[in-house]
Amino acid sequence: MNLEGLTITKARRLIQAGELSPVQLVDAVQAAIERTDPAVGGYLSRDYERARALAEKTDVTLPLGGIPVAIKDVISVEGESCTCASQILQGYVAPYDATVITKLRAAGAIPFGRTNMDEFAMGSSTENSSLRITRNPRDPERIPGGSSGGSAAVVAADEALASLGSDTGGSIRQPAALCGCVGLKPSYGRVSRYGLVAFASSLDQIGPFTHTVEDAALVLQAIAGHDPLDSTSLDLPVPDYSAPLNDGVKGLKLGVPKEYFVEGMDPQVEARVRAAIEVYRGLGAEIVEVSLPHTKYAVADYYIIATAEASANLARFDGVRYGQRASAPRDLADHYGRTRGEGFGKEVKRRIILGTYVLSSGYYDAFYLRAQKVRTLIRRDFEEAFRKVDGLLSPTSPVAAFKIGERMADPLQMYLADIFTIAANLAGICGISVPCGDAEVDGKKLPVGLQIMAPAFEEARLLRIARAYETACSA
Amino acid sequence: MSAPHLDVRYIANLVRLRLTEEEITELQPQLDHVLSYIEQLDEVNVEGIEPTAHASAVYNVFRADVPRNGFTQEQATANAPHSGNGLFLVPKVVEG
Repeated sequence: MNLEGLTITKARRLIQAGELSPVQLVDAVQAAIERTDPAVGGYLSRDYERARALAEKTDVTLPLGGIPVAIKDVISVEGESCTCASQILQGYVAPYDATVITKLRAAGAIPFGRTNMDEFAMGSSTENSSLRITRNPRDPERIPGGSSGGSAAVVAADEALASLGSDTGGSIRQPAALCGCVGLKPSYGRVSRYGLVAFASSLDQIGPFTHTVEDAALVLQAIAGHDPLDSTSLDLPVPDYSAPLNDGVKGLKLGVPKEYFVEGMDPQVEARVRAAIEVYRGLGAEIVEVSLPHTKYAVADYYIIATAEASANLARFDGVRYGQRASAPRDLADHYGRTRGEGFGKEVKRRIILGTYVLSSGYYDAFYLRAQKVRTLIRRDFEEAFRKVDGLLSPTSPVAAFKIGERMADPLQMYLADIFTIAANLAGICGISVPCGDAEVDGKKLPVGLQIMAPAFEEARLLRIARAYETACSA
Repeated sequence: MSAPHLDVRYIANLVRLRLTEEEITELQPQLDHVLSYIEQLDEVNVEGIEPTAHASAVYNVFRADVPRNGFTQEQATANAPHSGNGLFLVPKVVEG
């Protein structure tokens, strides 16, 4: 069994026909990892025996029966490490399953392997991992994107059929675009975050990486829904995502936000995305230019709100209840200061300090409260646009994968990598990145991603729009 | 808003983050730079605009007030760097 090009849909067909057993599939994943991961470095850890034991017992009649799914190292799987790629969580073993893991298991899937990420999901290149470098499967000199770089790379490199990541400002869609796979960020409240280590609680969402839109619909179906353990998950029915998948886009109105085609973006990226828009026109969609006037403030807005929330969420890492603790502290203040000073990496420190500052007395109104008001304006931009159109089309990232080390010295340049993905998190809407061709850079073919956005809780429509493009391109 | 000054050393102490001198020297200009970028929000007119705390329209979510299973003491302390007698151990807090 070769994993190359193997989708969940295809694997399920083989399993149900008795031509492939779940244990053989785990064996195939192991072979692929042993062959490819030394060069890519997408996984932090994996336990083949545990996966095989689960594979032997799995009910293959379930929707994801026998499908191994790689998990970003920020989502708890009982009995497995969950380091968030941080030194401060070395040795930590998750005592319970996140709700998405419980749901994956209930659908017959096998949570398998921990994938690399930027420390605490803070970053856009996975270079902030304190544990290892992950390389872009297309070019080992380049980053896989981030923060869910490992989850994107293992799918794109055919070392996994699917994976889960988290998206706070683009951390699923941007690495999917840069590695060349499908990455879906569901609407805020669609998927439970219980068991996800919190970064920015008003923005975080869990979603899948897959080879195809069809597969993304299958994984979303398994993990979506209300959870009493996450009070921000909404109690709304989960529609059938696969049923309307092939309904096409004829008669739909798709908006192209003019602010998403900016100076400084890679002309090859623009060309691929414009070509994808023409594909939609050819499929019978009406293409309309729209405006999201507050787009240019999204990055600044995000770095106030996300860092403020992060500074509060990361207060729990104090070396008392879990994780690493500084050796021989003089007193409690020394214990906290050195535990956190030694345990957190640079980007995490930058964000904790910035977040604390914008929340501090005297600056709260000027920064945090103002940012929340600007967030309202960004939300309204989308509400206004979605009154006119059914979905939005844009690039996922202004550039293809950049070189390892290229942006590390300038945090602001790194933050701007998420310029097209951040607004969806601020507005709480859903978005997906699908591959739309390559940009040729230094003789390497680097993937380009098309981002599609739809109103909150309209994942069925989002997937249908994405699927129409996927089908047209593979025809 | 007049250009405020983010004092890395002062804030780091507030959040119990021990930094080395090299880190302070590196972080200070980086954060000043990010802060000057963030200040562009000053040009947005937010007069009369309600703040958005989060994107979903749910507030005051209640659950039934019934007991449910939690961790055992053993599970709760299993990840602690130092524990004993079912307790988390920390450096002495009170002098005397």
